[in-house]
Amino acid sequence: MELVVHFRAAVALLGRFPALAGIDLDVAQGQIVLLRGPNGAGKTTFLRACAGLVPVVEGEAEVLGCDLRRNPRGVRGRVGLLGHGTGLYDDLTVGENVRFWGRAARAEAADVASALALLGLDGRLRDVAVNKLSAGQRRRTSLACLLARRPALWLLDEPHAGMDAAARDQVDSLVRQAVAQGATVIFSSHESDRATALADRVVEIAGGVAVGPDLKVAADVA
Amino acid sequence: MWRDAALVAERDLRVELRSRVAINQVAPFALLVLVLFAFALDPDTGVLASATAGLYWLVVLFSALLAVSRSTSIDEVDGIRDALRLSGLAPAGVFLGKVAAVAAQLLLLEVVLVVAVAVLYDPELGGFPLMIATMLAATVAVASTGVLYGAVVSGVRVRDTLLPVLLLPVLAPVLIGATKAFETAFGAEGLHGWGWCGLVSFFAVVYLVAGSLAYGALLEG
Repeated sequence: MELVVHFRAAVALLGRFPALAGIDLDVAQGQIVLLRGPNGAGKTTFLRACAGLVPVVEGEAEVLGCDLRRNPRGVRGRVGLLGHGTGLYDDLTVGENVRFWGRAARAEAADVASALALLGLDGRLRDVAVNKLSAGQRRRTSLACLLARRPALWLLDEPHAGMDAAARDQVDSLVRQAVAQGATVIFSSHESDRATALADRVVEIAGGVAVGPDLKVAADVA
Repeated sequence: MWRDAALVAERDLRVELRSRVAINQVAPFALLVLVLFAFALDPDTGVLASATAGLYWLVVLFSALLAVSRSTSIDEVDGIRDALRLSGLAPAGVFLGKVAAVAAQLLLLEVVLVVAVAVLYDPELGGFPLMIATMLAATVAVASTGVLYGAVVSGVRVRDTLLPVLLLPVLAPVLIGATKAFETAFGAEGLHGWGWCGLVSFFAVVYLVAGSLAYGALLEG
């Protein structure tokens, strides 16, 4: 199967600190991979490195066929990152935010409308300013922005954070739907049971490297 | 690039319309400074009328600092910078869009300030083609330099105090040129108003091109 992410002995620095200290990790197209590990293990840095936001300074790093060491910007239009920040303009409404980020990525109006509907944001919430939303609703709006762009690789950092049970189910369902349509998903989560159930593979990260064999490999992925 | 610029300009203006910072804070600040100048320089002595052009552009520059600072800050919070880097928007398009939004706000403010100085300072207003051309050129120069330097100080903890220190010296030629052109428009003799306007236009083009080229690298910084 085609590799979407290929990291071999990859090193990435945050300042002088090697947040990724020679990580080896391959992810094939269509997989859902959970990164697990303690705070500061390098999960977020790995996701940001995959998005071309943190430079890889040693080793091999390819995402969607793009060599990140040569051209980290080359991959950016094709990945979607749900990070710790929402990436939303507080003074704009939910609909305006999703429309802006969708149009920035040349998404069709139908994709924007579909993203809002899938996240349950097409009703009254569409016209509510982001600064009036709860943390969970903001998270859903960020996810709708990502969904509107239809990225080939989803990078989700704690996607369930701040959400109620129904919204978490919605996220899981979206992830499965995206993968069914050909996307690949790498995510980190502290929601251990839920996240493990969602993932095809569970990779333990500690000290900026992938530790040992995968903790879980789904039968159809093995 | 132009499509991205239009998208970003529309977004920035929409954010501004919602937050009303320009209307509720920048415009009152500008008018207040004009009034304070009138108090400081006695209108009866004629000093105020003769210094009108310079005072006008000083107030525009001070107000531009607020507008630029605001324009920079809306892209700095809550992961928006990362989202912009991942968005696929052309950096030059983002720059031009932000310049257009700041320039639109400044132009509106400048019109209000012209009316205000006419009432408060009582200068001999005239030479409107030169005034309008100078306002357009100086506004583009101020907005493009402001957005460029806003990106330079972006992410720095002391951004708000650093921005004026960096920006005002760079804008000194624009201030001088625009003031001289306005003095000509107000009837002063012996000055080449259109020449000064040309100089301001030259700076506007230089800053606009430099910003378009450098903004991508600054966004990464």
